[in-house]
Amino acid sequence: MDPSFKIVIVDKNPIRAAILEDGLREAGHVQVVRIDETSHLLQRIYTLDPDVILIDLENPSRDVLEQMFQMSRVVKRPIAMFVDQSDRASIEAAVDAGVSAYIVGGLRKERVQNILDLCISRFNAFSRLESELEKTRSALEERKVIDRAKGILMKAKNLTEETAYALLRKTAMNENKKIAEVAQSVITAAELFK
Amino acid sequence: MTPDKLAADKRLRIGFIPLCDATALLIAVDKGFTAAEGLDVELVREVSWANIRDKLNIGLFDAAHLIAPIAIASSLGLGHVKVPIVAPFALGVNGNAITVSPALYASLAAAADGNIGDPLVTAKALAKVVATRKQRGQEPLTFGMTFPFSTHNYHLRFWMAAGGVDPDEDVRLVVLPPPYMVESLANRHVDAFCVGAPWNSVAVDLGIGFILHFVSDILPRAAEKVLGFRGRWARENPEMLAALVRAHAKAADFVEDPANRDEVCALLAPANRIGVAPEVLRRTFDGRLKVSPDGATRSDPNYLLVGRDGAGRPDPAQAAWLYAQMVRWGQAPFSDEMCRAAMAVFRPDLYDDATIGMNGPTANAPASIGAFAGPVFDPRDIAGHLAAWRIGRVPIS
Repeated sequence: MDPSFKIVIVDKNPIRAAILEDGLREAGHVQVVRIDETSHLLQRIYTLDPDVILIDLENPSRDVLEQMFQMSRVVKRPIAMFVDQSDRASIEAAVDAGVSAYIVGGLRKERVQNILDLCISRFNAFSRLESELEKTRSALEERKVIDRAKGILMKAKNLTEETAYALLRKTAMNENKKIAEVAQSVITAAELFK
Repeated sequence: MTPDKLAADKRLRIGFIPLCDATALLIAVDKGFTAAEGLDVELVREVSWANIRDKLNIGLFDAAHLIAPIAIASSLGLGHVKVPIVAPFALGVNGNAITVSPALYASLAAAADGNIGDPLVTAKALAKVVATRKQRGQEPLTFGMTFPFSTHNYHLRFWMAAGGVDPDEDVRLVVLPPPYMVESLANRHVDAFCVGAPWNSVAVDLGIGFILHFVSDILPRAAEKVLGFRGRWARENPEMLAALVRAHAKAADFVEDPANRDEVCALLAPANRIGVAPEVLRRTFDGRLKVSPDGATRSDPNYLLVGRDGAGRPDPAQAAWLYAQMVRWGQAPFSDEMCRAAMAVFRPDLYDDATIGMNGPTANAPASIGAFAGPVFDPRDIAGHLAAWRIGRVPIS
């Protein structure tokens, strides 16, 4: 790997940026710089003078990078977006994963393709992780709501934990709702009766 | 094909940037004008024009809120992948303003030879301020705008160049996402900016900016945003496109009726729409803006047009004007063929087909582009337009 080869990552999400950085380092890229600030972005990028810029697609500063392409004509630096017209599949995969790449130097396309492929798989792995975390989190939330509703029913109707749960489950089935939804209405009702 | 069949075919995804000129689109969906046409539309809020453009280009969006020059640049293959776009509905005419810092306002006022409300006076004053700064060895003034291919970029350049300021040599023009404009003015990263509503008002309310000009001072009628579709999608889905244009025309009428204004502003205020207080939005639609931190206001019925006075009907002469600016500032080569391609992005014919039986206009005013400086713009004579200016990147002579 060419040691002078520089990659800049612009991503506000520190975890995702770290995952990306690690991946690039594992792949042998030595010079990987993370930028999380939005102010003076162009200036910082000019100073770093990277060969490739990787940016989170949901970053408003993408528009700032677009200016860089415009300005490059003035400063006569070779600059191009590697995804050209024939690369529709790459653009789609990148957009789906939420990453966008810009070439700054006159790089060989295959090289950038490898970097982007790595980023796409890392980004996808990250979003899988995130959605699993979200699932776990909401499952935990539901558990808490159900436990609270059980407590309310046990106290109000003098039930055992088992029968309180059975009551919630039966009501949910009858009303074609999720147990957590019924539990939430029990809690809401209890708040109102306070 | 019945409208219901249309909806069953496909759910439409439309991207937008939280700005006042997305109103016709937001109201078309939120007030049910699209549903009444049998369309199931999902609105997706976006953070950058580059993102909107890419998602429209690759088909993640069926349509999008676009700054008119992006639709043209995409169709001509400038700056990015070439994807032909068609714009059958104009979401907004005017709406931009130039806001300057209190310090720059004071310098301009001191240097102004005449009425500071006159853009030629302020442009000449800017030339003096720029010259003085250069003499003193101070940093050049920095102006924020939203995108290289943007009306904001061209409005700023058109204004300053008329006063003798070369926008590429004498000042810095930088791209800033609209939500960062105000912060950048506050912490002095920029001295001024040109942006759409509501950001100018936000800066004035915070006491950190003066609205120097409405874009209507510079060009009485400036195409701003369009509803853009991929050319291919438009050809394959003519009924859906027509239904969307109709829904937008009805929504624009609804927005323009002052009786509905409170309701409109309330619908736009939530965070998943524009995310700004209804009172601030209301000023934009009323064309009555607070222009200085001391509370002075200024009214202009043409501050932002959402469908009124034929604003919804795209005017190809406007596309030609925008293309001429791209040529003037070195973003596009000049050819009659490219000019024709740029004009073909704006599709009044599709607008007319869709709105048959409605009270919409069927012609645009012949001389719809005047400007505060230079000769009347003639879309058939771009070379003449470019030759009229001393400052520009591609002098034609």
